[in-house]
Amino acid sequence: MMKYFRTHILVCVDPECLSKGAHDILDSLNDELVATGLIDEVQVLETSRIGACSQGPEMMVYPEGVHYAGMSVDDIPYLVEEHFLKGRIAKKFILPIKSTKDEELSAPTAKEIRVVLRNCGEIDPENIEEYIARDGYMALAKVITEMSQDDVINEIKKSGIRGRGGAGFPTHLKWKFTQREQSDIRYVICNADEGDPGAFMNRRVLESDPHSVIEGMIIAAYAIGASQGYVYCRAEYPIAVKTLNIAIQQAKNLGLLGENIMGSDFSFELEVRMGAGAFVCGEETALMNSIEGKRGEPRPRPPFPAVRGLWKKPTNINNVETYANVPQIILKGADWFASMGTEKSKGTKTFAMAGDINHTGLIEVPMGITLREIIFDIGNGIRDNKEFKAIQTGGPMGGCLPKQYLDLPVDYESLIQAGSMMGSGGMIVMDEDTCMVDIARFFMEFTQEESCGKCTPCRVGTKRILDILERICAGHGRQGDIEQLEMLCSEIKQDSLCGLGQGAPNPVESTLKHFRDEYEAHILEKRCPAKVCKALIRYQIIENTCTGCTVCARNCPVNAISGERHQPHFIDPDTCIRCGICVQVCNFNAIEIV
Amino acid sequence: MVKYLKNIPANDPLIIPEQRAIIDQIIEEHRDKPGAAMVVLGEVQSKIGWVSEATQAYLADQLEIPVSTIHGVVTFYSFFTTNPKGKHTIKFCMGTACYVGGVPQLMEKAKQILGIDIGETTPDGLITLEICRCVGACSQAPVIVVDEEVLGRVKPNKLPQAIKQLQN
Repeated sequence: MMKYFRTHILVCVDPECLSKGAHDILDSLNDELVATGLIDEVQVLETSRIGACSQGPEMMVYPEGVHYAGMSVDDIPYLVEEHFLKGRIAKKFILPIKSTKDEELSAPTAKEIRVVLRNCGEIDPENIEEYIARDGYMALAKVITEMSQDDVINEIKKSGIRGRGGAGFPTHLKWKFTQREQSDIRYVICNADEGDPGAFMNRRVLESDPHSVIEGMIIAAYAIGASQGYVYCRAEYPIAVKTLNIAIQQAKNLGLLGENIMGSDFSFELEVRMGAGAFVCGEETALMNSIEGKRGEPRPRPPFPAVRGLWKKPTNINNVETYANVPQIILKGADWFASMGTEKSKGTKTFAMAGDINHTGLIEVPMGITLREIIFDIGNGIRDNKEFKAIQTGGPMGGCLPKQYLDLPVDYESLIQAGSMMGSGGMIVMDEDTCMVDIARFFMEFTQEESCGKCTPCRVGTKRILDILERICAGHGRQGDIEQLEMLCSEIKQDSLCGLGQGAPNPVESTLKHFRDEYEAHILEKRCPAKVCKALIRYQIIENTCTGCTVCARNCPVNAISGERHQPHFIDPDTCIRCGICVQVCNFNAIEIV
Repeated sequence: MVKYLKNIPANDPLIIPEQRAIIDQIIEEHRDKPGAAMVVLGEVQSKIGWVSEATQAYLADQLEIPVSTIHGVVTFYSFFTTNPKGKHTIKFCMGTACYVGGVPQLMEKAKQILGIDIGETTPDGLITLEICRCVGACSQAPVIVVDEEVLGRVKPNKLPQAIKQLQN
C-alpha cells in the first residue's frame, strides 16, 4: 500500500544546491516535521534541478506548487510552522516569478517545448511510482502487448528522430541494422559519458528522470532483440549513477526489467558501468572497449557497432536524450513528434546554456529555432549589457559562431555548414571580453590532452596546433603561422580515426575563419584585442581611483603590488604574473588592463 | 601470492591487512562479470584511494589478465592514480565556463598557499591539488570540488579559509 501524504516537499539536491547547504535543509526539515508531529502527513523528497539553483537552496511544495528558495537552516522552523502547520504560504521565501521555472515555460517570449525534460523537478526520481503516475512505462506496455519489432522500428522511422549525441545519425537505421544481424546475442548501450565541458543536459535527465531513459532502452532492446544492456556513465556524475542504480532496482522489483518482462517472453537485463575520466570514451567504439575492461581507444569503422560491437556482437548505442525521447514517441505517436522541428531535424533538443549570458541553465527547444531566439529571448541577452561576440556550440569538437550567424536555424545540417556542429548540446556564450585565440588554445589543450594516442594525426597533430597557438598567445607568433594552422587542421580532419580527431580542429578552423583579425593582431602587432593573453597585457592601477585600501596588495600571490596605506598603489610589471586576482578583489575598479 | 610481497613499500595496500581484505572482497564480488577489470579498478581506486604497482600485479593474477593490460588501463584513465593521494583533495574544474570564470586564478592562489604544484600532495600527506574535467555545475562557475563537495562562485580571497578548514 502506498502511504498517503497530504503534502510533498521536493528539495533540490543538485551540486549547486548541495553546495548551498541542501543537506542541512533536508535534515532540519525532517527534524522539524518530527518535532511538530507532521512527519506522517508531509513527505520530504530529494529531487534534482527545480530550476533556480542560483538562488538555492530551493524546494517545491505540492499540491500547492509553491517554489521556495534562499532559505537557511534557521528559517526552517518558521517555514514548517507557517506553511505545514498553519497552512499559510511563507511569502518571504517564494521566488519572484521572474526567476522561476515558470518563466522558462510560460512567459510569452518562452519558446520551449519540454519532452525530454518534462518530468524534471516534477517527480521524485527515486520513486518509480511517481514516474508511472505520469504515464511512465505505458509505452513499454503498448510495445510489448501490441507491437512487433518492425512496428516499433517503423514508428521510430516515421518520427524522424536522429541521434541526440551530436552526429545526428537516424535512430531507426541503427536499430534496423542491429536487428537484422544474425547473432545469438545483441546488446543495447546508453552513452551517458557526457564529457563536453559546459554540457549537463544528460546529467539532469539521469538525475531527475532516470526511468524515461531506462524505459527507452527497454523498448530499443525489444525492437532489436537484445537481452543485455549497459548504461555507460562518466565517473564525474556520482549522483546520476546512484539514481540510475536505484531506478534499475525498482524497475526489476516491478517486473519491468529482468526475466519475462510484463509476463511476456521478452527478457532484458540492465547494468550501469562507470567511466574513469577519459573524454574519448564518449566515442562509441572507445566506449565499448572501456566496457570490455580495456583502454578506451577507438576502433576503426567499419565494421560498425551494429555489426560488430560490444564483445564482437551486434550492438545498438544511443545517447541518453535519444532514449528519453523514445517512450514519448511510442505513446504520443510518430506524427506528433514529427510535427516539431524542421524538415530534416525533427523533435526538440535540450541545450545547456553557460557563459556570459543572463539566464544560464537548461532549455529544451524545437529544432529549427534560431540562435538569436535562444540567446536573447530565452537566455535574456548578454550579462552586464555587454556586446555578444560568439557562441560556441558542440563542445570541444564544435566551433565558434559570430554574430552574423545569429539567425541561423539550429539543426544538424545548418550548424555543420556554418563550421560548427550540434554536439550533445552545450552552448557557451561569449562576450566582447573573450579572446578567440585563447579560446581556440583552451579547446586544443583539452583535445590534445584527451587524445588517446592511438592514431598519429590526432596524437601529433593536436600537439603541433597547440604549440603554435601557445606561441601566438605568448607573443611569439610568426608570419606563416596562420597558413600552417590551416594546413594542419585540414589534414587532421581528413586522416584521424575517430570523431575526436576529426572534430578537434573545428574550434581553430572556425575562429580562424570568423576572427582572423584577432589572430593577426596577436601575430603581427603582438596585441591581444580582448586583453586576455597574459604575455600581451599589463595591469596598472589608476592613481586617481585607488584609495590605498591595500586589498590588492594583500591578495597578490607574488607580492608585486606596493604602496602606503591611503596612498595610490603600484604594480611592478616584472614581478606581476597577470593572474587577475587584484582586479577581482578591488572594490573601486581602480585596476585597468593595458 | 608471496611473489607480490617482495620489495614493496610498507604503505602498500597489499601489506596492510584491512586494505588487502577490501581488495579481495572487491575481486570476489566482480570476478565473473564480463569486462571485470574496469569495474574492479574503479572500486579499488574509490575504496583504497590508489592502485599501487603491486596491486596491479595482484589484480592481473587474480583476474587472469596480463599485467601489461591492467597497467595499460590504469595509466589510460585519469581517475586511476598510482601514487597515494592526500587525505583531502581539492579539484579545480577546468570546464569552459570555469576556465573563463576564474579557475586559473584560484589555482595560482592555492599553489601559493600550499607551496605545491597541481597534481602534487602536501608533504604532510593532507591535501592533494588536482584539476578535473567539467563537473556540470557550469552556472556556478568558477567551481572547485573539495573532497566530494562542490563549491561554486569561489573567490580567490575565500580560498585560504577553505584550506584552513581542511587543515584543522
